[in-house]
Amino acid sequence: MSKKHWPLWEIFVRSKNGLEHRHFGSLHAADAEMALENARDVYTRRNEGVSIWVVESKNITASNPEHNGELFEPAQDKVYRHPTFYDLPDEVKHM
Amino acid sequence: MKENLYNYILGIADNSLILGQRMGELCGHGPSLETDIACTNISLDLFGQVRSYFQYAAKIAGDGRNEDDIAMLRKEREYKNVLLVEQPNTNFAYSIGRQFLFDVYHLAFLAEQQKSADLTLSAIANKCIKEVSYHERFSSDWVRRLGDGTEESNKKMQEAINDLWAYTDELFHQTEADKAMVVEGLGVDVTKLKDEFYKSVSDLLEEANLQTPESKWFQKGGKEGIHTEHLGFLLSDLQYMQRTYPNMEW
Repeated sequence: MSKKHWPLWEIFVRSKNGLEHRHFGSLHAADAEMALENARDVYTRRNEGVSIWVVESKNITASNPEHNGELFEPAQDKVYRHPTFYDLPDEVKHM
Repeated sequence: MKENLYNYILGIADNSLILGQRMGELCGHGPSLETDIACTNISLDLFGQVRSYFQYAAKIAGDGRNEDDIAMLRKEREYKNVLLVEQPNTNFAYSIGRQFLFDVYHLAFLAEQQKSADLTLSAIANKCIKEVSYHERFSSDWVRRLGDGTEESNKKMQEAINDLWAYTDELFHQTEADKAMVVEGLGVDVTKLKDEFYKSVSDLLEEANLQTPESKWFQKGGKEGIHTEHLGFLLSDLQYMQRTYPNMEW
């Protein structure tokens, strides 16, 4: 029997109000509605979430790992881009 | 012992217990990983509900039996579940059809049970109704998908509904215990849920491109302990561990 697979969906779950949605994983579903229900059952059954986003995986454009050299390595030796060269007054907390 | 209340609780609890066992049978056998988890989640919800009922029943029985004894150690004739929930997982359409028909009933039942003068029963209903709302959403969604899907899925869903239809009327039968509990204001009058049930179900079937069966021939007996041949096999699975290793725990 030839098996047609449902498309793949990426699942993002917000674990608490105020936090951002985080990528939790992926699953198969026939459409967005089913993807939401499946995500509810697969990823939030232990009280992990208060909100779910689903995005069909094909709609995500990803950077190519082969281009990591030109994309990311140039940033490695530019420590001055981190805001660590200031003297912070003691009154400023949580920086 | 309040015999009527005890029997009334078993009537509710056994439906969830037996349906929970049926859905649990799909663990590792669901049509896809995602639906497999969904079906076993439903099973676990039902078992959770069952614990509250049997704990309460054990308290009322007051004869030293605990929740497990009542759930696991009765004989076939002592189970009071409706025939619908013991029907086998012939294929996914049957599992979904059985779940859907029961969920529509279950949801309406719990909405009424919330109003019970018995505070334990109303509290349990209050807790269960959210879970069951999701079950109904899941199962009706699948009835729609299969009914309104391919020619083959429509055919299978229609067959399942046709075959299970004979077990729907029993949901609205009253046992002696049911009648007594209605009089006391503790129990739900299931006869009053019937019209709304058939209306909701046929509305959804129509939406799902399925025919509402016209057959007026119905099966009954489960509530009185007279079951179809399927229950014995189910119980031998369900009860195996407790019967083989009495009082085992893990």
